[in-house]
Amino acid sequence: MNVEKVVTRNWGKPGQNTLAGYKQHGGYESLKKALELAPEAVLAEVKKSNLRGRGGAGFPTGLKWSFVPKDNPKPRYLAINADESEPGTAKDRFILENDPHSLLEGIAIACWALGAHTCYIYARGEFKYPSAVLDKAIAEATAAGIFGKKLLGRDFELNVYQVRGAGAYICGEETAMLESLEGKKGWPRLKPPFPAVSGLFGCPTVVNNVETIATLPAIFEKGAEWFAKLGTDKSGGTRLVTLSGVCNRPGTYEVSMQTTLKDLIFDEQFGQGMPHGRTVKAVIPGGSSAPVLTADEMGVALEFEAFKPLNSMAGSGGIIVMDDTCCMVRCLWRVTRFYAEESCGQCTPCREGMPWMTRLLRKIEEGRGEPKDLEALMQVATSIAPWPPIGLGNTICALGDAGALPVQSFVTKFKSEFEQHIAEHRCPYGDKPWGAFGEFQ
Amino acid sequence: MSDAVAFTPEELKKLDAGLSELLGHYPVDRKRAAMLPALRLLQEIKGWCTPEGMKHVADKLQTTVERAYEVATFYVMFHTQKPGKYVIDVCTNLSCALRGAEGMLKHLEVKLGTQAGTNGDKFFLRETECLASCGTAPCFQINEDHHENLTKEKVDKLLETLV
Ligand SMILES: Cc1cc2nc3c(=O)[nH]c(=O)nc-3n(C[C@H](O)[C@H](O)[C@H](O)COP(=O)(O)O)c2cc1C
Ligand code: FES
Repeated sequence: MNVEKVVTRNWGKPGQNTLAGYKQHGGYESLKKALELAPEAVLAEVKKSNLRGRGGAGFPTGLKWSFVPKDNPKPRYLAINADESEPGTAKDRFILENDPHSLLEGIAIACWALGAHTCYIYARGEFKYPSAVLDKAIAEATAAGIFGKKLLGRDFELNVYQVRGAGAYICGEETAMLESLEGKKGWPRLKPPFPAVSGLFGCPTVVNNVETIATLPAIFEKGAEWFAKLGTDKSGGTRLVTLSGVCNRPGTYEVSMQTTLKDLIFDEQFGQGMPHGRTVKAVIPGGSSAPVLTADEMGVALEFEAFKPLNSMAGSGGIIVMDDTCCMVRCLWRVTRFYAEESCGQCTPCREGMPWMTRLLRKIEEGRGEPKDLEALMQVATSIAPWPPIGLGNTICALGDAGALPVQSFVTKFKSEFEQHIAEHRCPYGDKPWGAFGEFQ
Repeated sequence: MSDAVAFTPEELKKLDAGLSELLGHYPVDRKRAAMLPALRLLQEIKGWCTPEGMKHVADKLQTTVERAYEVATFYVMFHTQKPGKYVIDVCTNLSCALRGAEGMLKHLEVKLGTQAGTNGDKFFLRETECLASCGTAPCFQINEDHHENLTKEKVDKLLETLV
């Protein structure tokens, strides 16, 4: 299996994280090309490339850009989502660390297409090192006259600022991020209006993920058709995924849209299989909010459409593998606890439901569970966001879904484990619930 | 960083210089937008978000001190009380748990003689969000410095440096 590299194509080349090194490897040539085109033509290229958002929802990027109203006299903004905090996901961070100018060049291309003169990059507060690399890159690009009063000499002002968050998963949700950028706590806004119509400071704002935008330079270097062809009908290009949990070689990999989950876990260039004697029991395919899959479902391609029949999602590309010696109750408890901690507290079903589900799971895991607890668990989850299909949530933002989908999918697919905990009044895995690599050594 | 809650003249000068630069990143009628970077700056200077500091920031951003508190209490990286000298944030989420994070947290509790979630003079050990180190688990941050692919040996070495 040969994956043509796109986003990672220059990683590790000498000096790639500096302006000089980036330029040496063809950097900012794509911006020149894009600036030769009218903004509408740039948008048309992005549409043609079939680029889809890498932040979680896989929304077609060109289509999102086209929602920005043409006749609104207010300023327009581009806001880059570098909040990366969905459990299982570690990819944007490596773009910032290895190739920050690819994001900046992508930003310049996007702002040109959108007519946006200000871009804020919202990076999660814990990114001390990635943010330092990015700050340096912004300063270099500004000093070199790429950003500032004139975009690469054009009569087009563009200012790019990094804003650092301060520890709140919810601020990855686009409208919470906008609130945070406005200097407030991260309470998501009711949609519509969507940010493209009314976003930052009430102005039209496009929110895109780091990887989405860092992909643009390659698209303009090699052509939208080339990019579209790499992928499938509806998902252009390649994508970054993070493989974690139980497998021999966890890490961040660029995969093709045809690569299957099974390839990712077992192929020599990726996960290199399971430790000796262990088999896959469960895989979370798109960040911990994505409904869990069983080993039988590993044939699915890592592409946005392919997950729909399985009622799961490609999400943020965080793939978490659990082996046959992992306790599903304990794993789910960890996942649910995260969403309970990170609920912003605005909507009652989420604020009250997440901690409730966490307590029920703890109770079952510790052998104190009763049959009615399992019913209650499903009832609470369903009232936050029934599943399947995905997308029926009853809360302002999809954090409700994010916490409710794991519960419903784990309990549905691994019901006998939950029942065994309750029947035997103990965790069948005893004090080793974490599988082959669960011991701290 | 001076230990006193009140600003020294140098600290105040540094804060004001930083604030006026930050305000340049936003539209003139949107000064409040600078709240997160402003509180971060305050915390860099004072070690935590002091009441006096938050009042000062709120004034400069032409908003009320309640707005500063609202933000400082919502985001876990802001400290509205003086934290221990070393804030250690341990990820115990699923990917890390599958690579030994629960055992690592216990190890830290024993070694540091503290319990996760309790603030002390020297150590403030906490469980935290996923830190985007899932493929390089387990991980933690010490005063925001990131450490990953942790083993007992690595952890013990790091702890020795915390004097
Ligand atoms: C609870 C929640 C958390 C999210 N966290 C992130 C995140 O950390 N990074 C991200 O890019 N998108 C995140 N998203 C998705 C964003 O809302 C948004 O869809 C995305 O940034 C759009 O970019 P894209 O179109 O390029 O994918 C999150 C969504 C939800 C509901
Ligand atoms: S789960 Fe620990 S860093 Fe992601």
